[in-house]
Amino acid sequence: MYRGDLPGCVVLADGTVFEGFGFAARGWVLGEVVFNTGMTGYQEIVTDPSYHGQMVTFTYPLVGNYGVADHLMESGEVRSRAVIVREVKNSVWNSTCREAWVDWLEKKGVVGVGGIDTRALTRHIREAGAMTGCVAVGNDLCREDLLAAAQAHPAMSGLDLVSHVTCREPWEWPRPEGAPQPRYRVVAYDFGIKRSILRNLTAVGCAVTVVPAHWTAADTLALGPDGVFLSNGPGDPAAVGYAIATVRELLGKVPVFGICLGHQLLALALGFSTYKLKFGHRGINHPVRNYLSGKVEITSQNHGFAVEPPPVVSEALERGAVVGEGGVSTLAAEDMVLDSPFGPVQVTHLNLNDGTVEGLELLEVPAFSVQYHPEAGPGPHDSYYLFRQFTRLMEESAGFVAGSRARNGF
Amino acid sequence: MPRRTDIHKILVLGSGPIVIGQACEFDYSGTQACRVLMQEGYQVVLVNSNPATIMTDPSFSHRTYIEPLVPEVVAKVIEVERPDALLPTLGGQTALNLAVALWEDGTLQKYGVELIGADYRAIRRAEARDEFRATMASIGLRVPDSAVVNSLAEAQAAVAAGLRLPLIIRPSFTLGGHGGGVAATAAEFDSVVQAGLEASPIHQVLLEESVMGWKEFELEVMRDRKDNVVIVCSIENIDPMGVHTGDSVTVAPQQTLTDVQYQRMRDASLAIIRAIGVETGGSNIQFAYSPETDELVVIEMNPRVSRSSALASKATGFPIAKIAAKLAVGYTLDEIANDITRKTPACFEPTIDYVVVKTPRWAFEKFPLADTRLTTHMKSVGENMAIGRTFKEAFLKSMRSRELDVQPEIPEDTDELVVRIATPSAERYDLILEAFRRGVSLETIFRATQIDEWFLEEFREIVEAEKHLQSFTAQGGLESLPREELRQAKRLGFSDQQIGQLLRATEEEVRRRRVALGVIPTYKAVDTCAAEFEAYTPYFYSTYEDENEALPEPGRQSVIILGSGPNRIGQGIEFDYCCVHAVQEMRELGYKAIMINCNPETVSTDYDVSDRLYFEPLTFEDVLNVIENEKPKGVVVQFGGQTPLKIAGRLHAAGVNILGTSQEAIDLAEDRERFAQVLRRLGLKAPPYGTVRTEEEALAVAERVGYPVLVRPSYVLGGRAMEIVYDPDSLQQYLRTAVKASPDHPVLIDRFLEHCTEVDVDAVCDGEDVYIGAVMQHVEEAGIHSGDSACVIPTVSLGEATVRMIEEQTAALARELGVVGLMNVQFAVQQSDHGGAGIYVLEVNPRGSRTVPFASKATGVPLARVATRVIAGLRLRDLDLPGWAESLAAGMIPRRRDLRHVAVKEVVLPFPRFPGVDTTLGPEMKSTGEVMGVGRSFPEAFAKASLGAGDRLPRKGTIFISVADSEKDSVVLMALVLSTLGFRILATEGTHRVLKLNGIEAEPVLKHTVGMELRAAAMEEGAGTITTIVDLIEAGEVDLVINIPRGRGARTDGYEIRRAALRRRVPTMTNAAAAHAAVQAIANDLRRGGEVTVTCLQDLHGFTTQLAGGPRGSSPLKWVRLEETG
Repeated sequence: MYRGDLPGCVVLADGTVFEGFGFAARGWVLGEVVFNTGMTGYQEIVTDPSYHGQMVTFTYPLVGNYGVADHLMESGEVRSRAVIVREVKNSVWNSTCREAWVDWLEKKGVVGVGGIDTRALTRHIREAGAMTGCVAVGNDLCREDLLAAAQAHPAMSGLDLVSHVTCREPWEWPRPEGAPQPRYRVVAYDFGIKRSILRNLTAVGCAVTVVPAHWTAADTLALGPDGVFLSNGPGDPAAVGYAIATVRELLGKVPVFGICLGHQLLALALGFSTYKLKFGHRGINHPVRNYLSGKVEITSQNHGFAVEPPPVVSEALERGAVVGEGGVSTLAAEDMVLDSPFGPVQVTHLNLNDGTVEGLELLEVPAFSVQYHPEAGPGPHDSYYLFRQFTRLMEESAGFVAGSRARNGF
Repeated sequence: MPRRTDIHKILVLGSGPIVIGQACEFDYSGTQACRVLMQEGYQVVLVNSNPATIMTDPSFSHRTYIEPLVPEVVAKVIEVERPDALLPTLGGQTALNLAVALWEDGTLQKYGVELIGADYRAIRRAEARDEFRATMASIGLRVPDSAVVNSLAEAQAAVAAGLRLPLIIRPSFTLGGHGGGVAATAAEFDSVVQAGLEASPIHQVLLEESVMGWKEFELEVMRDRKDNVVIVCSIENIDPMGVHTGDSVTVAPQQTLTDVQYQRMRDASLAIIRAIGVETGGSNIQFAYSPETDELVVIEMNPRVSRSSALASKATGFPIAKIAAKLAVGYTLDEIANDITRKTPACFEPTIDYVVVKTPRWAFEKFPLADTRLTTHMKSVGENMAIGRTFKEAFLKSMRSRELDVQPEIPEDTDELVVRIATPSAERYDLILEAFRRGVSLETIFRATQIDEWFLEEFREIVEAEKHLQSFTAQGGLESLPREELRQAKRLGFSDQQIGQLLRATEEEVRRRRVALGVIPTYKAVDTCAAEFEAYTPYFYSTYEDENEALPEPGRQSVIILGSGPNRIGQGIEFDYCCVHAVQEMRELGYKAIMINCNPETVSTDYDVSDRLYFEPLTFEDVLNVIENEKPKGVVVQFGGQTPLKIAGRLHAAGVNILGTSQEAIDLAEDRERFAQVLRRLGLKAPPYGTVRTEEEALAVAERVGYPVLVRPSYVLGGRAMEIVYDPDSLQQYLRTAVKASPDHPVLIDRFLEHCTEVDVDAVCDGEDVYIGAVMQHVEEAGIHSGDSACVIPTVSLGEATVRMIEEQTAALARELGVVGLMNVQFAVQQSDHGGAGIYVLEVNPRGSRTVPFASKATGVPLARVATRVIAGLRLRDLDLPGWAESLAAGMIPRRRDLRHVAVKEVVLPFPRFPGVDTTLGPEMKSTGEVMGVGRSFPEAFAKASLGAGDRLPRKGTIFISVADSEKDSVVLMALVLSTLGFRILATEGTHRVLKLNGIEAEPVLKHTVGMELRAAAMEEGAGTITTIVDLIEAGEVDLVINIPRGRGARTDGYEIRRAALRRRVPTMTNAAAAHAAVQAIANDLRRGGEVTVTCLQDLHGFTTQLAGGPRGSSPLKWVRLEETG
């Protein structure tokens, strides 16, 4: 059974300590301690750049069961600073995965702690809220020092973490074998973009140019795209002012589709506000209702911030109702239209667990966004349709979009 | 959208008797459904033939019909009740098949009954193999290819047309795949197909693409009418394809697939439920996946709630049946709240933070000749489930939840061990662990089993941990074991007993040391959401972690009720029925009722039933841990059968307060010597007996009491290893197996009383007063296990004085033993020539018995509830029990005495599952389930019970009679009646002679053995054909078999006859009493022109118990008179 030799622990900023053993890299790291409730997809999770600055606790107690593989990478690196689990596996029996989890993490220099009562830790975060912490592995760990370090570490709110994970130069996402011939040119802002998003865009016929977060609207428009994609990413959206300004400039000039942080940036560009959730949504089982179709999608989620809900939603939540009479699931789409400088904005999706805003659509400008992850990676594929919705939007907007199809040579 | 208002009355179909493959999981799902529908304001009409179910309690539906689940009877119920809709998806395959039959014969259309949950087209698409294949193809999915062929040439053509080797060859119409095989090469193919064709009576085989060795997965899917679809749970079978999922050890969630692989299966599941068109409700979809080729095939889809969905519900906390019922009446998933979080909707996918392992429970020890290999035909009779934070912990808990009576036999030779693990068997995992202990490599075990290496590695790690612990033995053992090491061992899942074995210490020593070091279990909640939201449902499992979530709650006093563990033959749903009643009643009395059980199929493990549910093994250690965590007022051990009773003594010794009948009284009843003194004091008779510990003693005692003797190990349930022995030789032979069955306990030898009528009595005593629940007369005579015997309420052929004596003896026994709660007494009544009757006490069990639900349903008095009141300290005289005052006034022991109907319980036997096993009954219990038939007379009730049990008694045709000499006098009158009724009678030589001499027309027919000899001779001479009775049965020319062997004689011939009858599903009577009853039933049925009558319990009793709405803590049992409806 895999069990590290060294002690390991999680010290939270409020002084709570969870003890276990260390695995993979030794040493200590700081970050926000969050939990993810997915039962599969640990490799996708730790390589998702949105986890930058965080340390993931897996609520599923066995992690590493099937190993790791290149095709499961969501970025080039492990982004979660530490991995917190109950039991860790370090073998490779699944023929689609070639490497073992612990060995791989060690190679990547990631600190892991196992043997933790991760359910107790999760319940603590649920009640006390996500907070900074220190994950440490080694002999002679001084609790007081670790606690002091955890408390000194900056909290998430107000942090621009995008600049840490975005690419330096624009680059073309290579079209994988078997993907359809591209029919749309898309510029994708890399705020910490996941590869699954790029894969999905190519699957619906997009040729994708990935650009850094600071790439200006003018430079983007100069590329003559059929559409602009705003990616997911880490940290506080309100702290990424430059990106918000860029989005505001792009709106109306080119169809825009945003996911996760991209959704929050769109909301901020529309003049709405965002706030930090108590402990966020991280998992692959969150029910989201599409108020336009009436159907519920099971979604993949990873966010700590959210868009301020429209008044009708807040009122329903204040009544304590999610399910049943007067609950958010019974609201009508037309009650959830907000005003913005870019015209009316439809709230299209809500999370049925807690009423958070999960989707926006501008009614007079070609732009929409979702808070969750339709690209899955990991998670269910219920929301793949949104990528088609993006291409449809690009089709419909072709007439007034700055870049034309002919110029793009498609 | 709220619920539908255009329907008002809904017919719910249950699944009938417990049989292998269809057990009490459908009581769990049906009970949930009935409860939900009643809460939603619908009129609920229920039909289920099984009286042992909670769902057939009159308080769970408005109209409860305990009637045979056959089309004509259900049609009659529809005609009488005129329901608007029929919900067929919660009663297993039985209910689904019935719904199809009622649609196809036009009944549903005629009465305008709408099928809700799944419509006829969807059921057909899922169930008809060709339609299913085509539907799968239409969504780009594949099912294993197959073809039905009638000759080798056709088979070869099928392969030429694209059927790929290896292929499984299954002969048609042979039981259990007899004569089939696997062909991997073209040469093998020809010979296996040829053999299969010969084995098949209709010369036909099914060729099926082999997916043996592939990984097997199941997904539980739910869909609502707005097309929202969610996956409730994924289940991975540890045993690869080739073993029925009901016989596989399974784990949830799946452990070995990447998210990419899992999502592919999820996508397929969504596509399947949509294409099949299951509009609302749950479905179970099974996949086979080849890790080598990455191929995924769909094995099957059940468009209904299944055994796996019960498991998935218990594994996740998501109540599939309850939600399915709500969806069926129009709700959508997003309109239903998740019970556990209350704030979030049911439209989500549960995520769990623990591992669940299910292990089946088999009963091969009951069927010595059965093929014990596990195949695609399910053979297990029950299962347990265990929850742990890791796979190893859950697996080890599940292994110890099996409660094995017989320890697995492990070969000394390691090579043989490796050979044995290659064949799936009940002991497979014990053998695999042992192989690792002996150093067999993981690769070798993988090659032998095809079990995913991930699981094998887990097993190896368990063995490594064992060795690590063992290494401390040399260093001072338990006392020197560091706390951290002990904690790690407990975290891994070892029991105190296992740790003790490894460190050469006793379980008690380990416990003491463990508690002293502060290594005590924590309890975690099952909450559907991995702690993301607050859980309101108190459903817990133990594990060794930092935080304990199950803190004792101040306020109400608590009471723990111990469940009955995995179903097995002799201990099944009847005990769960009693446990559920006890829990409900304790809650009603104001106690916090806490349930401990490990059987995922049951109602008792529904988190809605108790105030707290601990899903734990029912071992001394695990139970005491819960007791120490909860500190209850006391523990109730008398409702869960032998399981809680087995540990009651140790719990008592550990200072636990056993509620109800004291431990002293339990010991008194179980200890033969002391019990004999009780009988002597009371002046009661028992058959002469002796208790022996050696072979010499046994022979001496048998000589003294006189042959035949009944031998059995002490402390057994269900007549395990019980046998009637006629001579010293057989006794000697028997002793070897009996000693093995129960090494720590002596063997009991009783004089076997021949030609006796057996009587069962269930009674409740409060220490002083006694209330008789029912006096039940067995249809079969003594010698056949009471659990296998049909029985009837009231007694139909005992004199009034005899019954009164039985009642008085029961009361005397209850008082003398000091019973507080339920008690069951078995009597043998020997009718004597000079008028009187000898009454012998055979057995007393101071606990709830198997017959409690039947007695309760037949009389309308819920005995387990009454007993619970008594256990809680109430007096019987204060309960206003039916018949109480009247009986006392007449100077009799109180009992309900105004029954105007007759109720018969008949049993259901698993013989079709076990080819090669003889179908005669004996002192060892073999039945898996029971049905009840109600009528105005014994024959009518018996006929219904037979029909419910699957035996359709003929109205015309041919009856075969062959009886041993000792029974010949009893057969004459029977044959005369049948002959007069117009039946053609066939008889073997001896029987034929007797019938002829008695002037009864019968045709002689050759015995099988005689016929075979003649045939061999005739072949040599080249003469004509020889037809034996077996041939006639096989040809479908016989409608009823009366075959009564005596002792050990007439076995070979009778055996062939009975197996043939079983293959052709011909009703077979193997004892005189049952045959008499059948003849009576046939005559009665013909006299009444085959008219079908149905009766619901509410009408039958004229009252029902009104307990649900009563104020807590105060209400006495209330008897609410219903309007008499005639």
